[in-house]
Amino acid sequence: MSKPKVGFFDFSSCEGCQIELTNYGDTAFLELLNHIDIVEFREAMTETAGDLDIACVEGSFTREADRARLESIRKRSKIVIAYGACAATAGVNALKNHQADYKENVYGKDAHMPHLDSSKALPISAAIKVDYSVYGCPMDKYEFLRIVTHLLHGKEPVIPNYPVCMECKRRETVCRYEDGDHCMGQVARAGCNAPCPADGIPCEACRGFVDQPNEVALVKVLKERAGFSEKRAQEKSRIFTAALRSDSK
Amino acid sequence: MKKDMHIHVHHVTRVEGHGNITVDVKNGKVEKCEWAVPESPRFFEAMVRGRHYSEVARITSRICGICSVGHTLASVKASEAALGIEVTAQTKKLRRLLKHAENFDSHVLHVYILVAPDLLGVKSVFPLVATHGEVVKRALRLKRLGHEWGSLIGGRTTHPTTVLPGGFSKVPTVKELQELKEKMVAAVPDLVETLNTVEALAPKVPAFSRPTEYIAVASREEYGLYDGEVSCLLPDGNRKVYPASEYRKVTNEYVVAQSTAKYAKHRLDSYAAGALARFNNNYEMLHPEAKKVAARFGLKPICTNPYMNSVAQVIEVVNDVYCSIGIIDDLLSSGIKDEALVKPTKYSKGASAVEVPRGILFHEYEYDRDGMCVAGNCIIPTNQNHANIQRDFDKLLPELLDANKSEKEIELAMEMLVRAYDPCISCSTHYVDVKFVNR
Repeated sequence: MSKPKVGFFDFSSCEGCQIELTNYGDTAFLELLNHIDIVEFREAMTETAGDLDIACVEGSFTREADRARLESIRKRSKIVIAYGACAATAGVNALKNHQADYKENVYGKDAHMPHLDSSKALPISAAIKVDYSVYGCPMDKYEFLRIVTHLLHGKEPVIPNYPVCMECKRRETVCRYEDGDHCMGQVARAGCNAPCPADGIPCEACRGFVDQPNEVALVKVLKERAGFSEKRAQEKSRIFTAALRSDSK
Repeated sequence: MKKDMHIHVHHVTRVEGHGNITVDVKNGKVEKCEWAVPESPRFFEAMVRGRHYSEVARITSRICGICSVGHTLASVKASEAALGIEVTAQTKKLRRLLKHAENFDSHVLHVYILVAPDLLGVKSVFPLVATHGEVVKRALRLKRLGHEWGSLIGGRTTHPTTVLPGGFSKVPTVKELQELKEKMVAAVPDLVETLNTVEALAPKVPAFSRPTEYIAVASREEYGLYDGEVSCLLPDGNRKVYPASEYRKVTNEYVVAQSTAKYAKHRLDSYAAGALARFNNNYEMLHPEAKKVAARFGLKPICTNPYMNSVAQVIEVVNDVYCSIGIIDDLLSSGIKDEALVKPTKYSKGASAVEVPRGILFHEYEYDRDGMCVAGNCIIPTNQNHANIQRDFDKLLPELLDANKSEKEIELAMEMLVRAYDPCISCSTHYVDVKFVNR
């Protein structure tokens, strides 16, 4: 691929994954610009572009009104990357999906004003075809560089499908359960190098589940090893993986 | 000449989140002049219900990527108030150091990447790589410092990991703090150059004035950022102060049809939050080096030009570095140790106020006896500024029309005004679009 045209787009999200792009420092970021042309990026630039080689789309699909904009991005882009957890798996946005009263809770009597419309939070793949996903909340900026590098060389990027526990073992992090805490690492998709347990907090599975996670065993471990109540154990995996749970529709 | 004008800027660029500007002028008369926020609402307050207190900050951090440190700190402070937790002196110092990191990091991004292109007459930072390469490199170096500084204390800057109710899960070592201080000292030449760049561009900051109420955290211990009371300053200097727990008396939120974000007002029709509001409320508490910068740029409290918010941010950038060097020296002299998390002593309701880069932020939660969250409320600064931006527009547009400015000039002036507030609309709704169409 010659110097590809890249655009960044945002939907329902915190835009933190776009912010991560500014954290490479001068050397890595300017080097990246030697290999890609960022031609559209509303958060950082006023210009807009036509056809794109790569569209990086941040944020979840949460309202029908956004479908047309997603479709137009798909139409003018050769490759669409779901950029970060909200786009790839619906991430934290899906935590409201099982609640019937979230609008009334936040907006009270004004909840049904038409401009406050919002339905279930879904990954963008619910609206358009996605070619690649950069998982994580926030996405790992070095994994993003690896994926872009692979695409530039015409190679398929490799995204791990083993649990975060593997990475904790590899970096010799003491298991959160040994510390009297809980963790979701056993069902969480690796690839981040497990920074959270290393910082002394549980993995919340922000990169989503591995394929075919054993949700029953997760609940059992949370109850037996972390002392969670049945309810808390059942609810635990809603924070970042609500839209991936077997009970989500 | 009686003009007709229609401007619609759909999704104002170089701001965080989405907002639209619509202007309709018929026969020289303003028929519509509107700042609207169409961001898709995300319902965080509903989402925290039923979550354990140790998870709540991890969720509400995700309200905003660029203010995630501030949201995390506001969240753990509100939870601590609700849970009867008094954190240690070391925790407070580390949190202050982290708060300065976010303020520095975000202001560098805003001033260099989002505002400077307007003043240099380009549409984004990317063309500046070729024309002003050294400036871009300097911006990225300073941005990296902010990131490393915040990451050392918070684990990372976007959605920090180590900040928990009751303390930190991990603290930096003496050696790491010494290295951070060395990096800050080494950044001083870049700061000096930043001030030179800003001084060269300052004449391009538009002259405009609209006195309003300025609301910010204020404290006798520090330049209001991490903790303090809510200080409400009228343009005549009259000041009213509330404890954070009474924040609803300040915000008085209401829903308007043009916006998915709620609006706020206190003693006037609207109020301003952000660097300029902090500067106006807390000038006396600035580090002497930051006061020198204010004097150099001729900025004195009470400044009523909202465009000067970006200059106030530059003053704060200097303040953040010098105050943080002081905090590090203090931590190094008292020694740093691993401390267990302070445990809850009750389960009730509590609120907090924290300054995020774009203004005052309130969080409030209520917990049941199992430590599970029953209710939450988060009031972000950008929402508090929406009404003020609208009132600024109402005054600015007729002035620009009277001065016979072109549609393009008016559009730019209005976009620049929105950008000056450094809005962070994704926090709950997205904001700026301006379209002008000649009829």
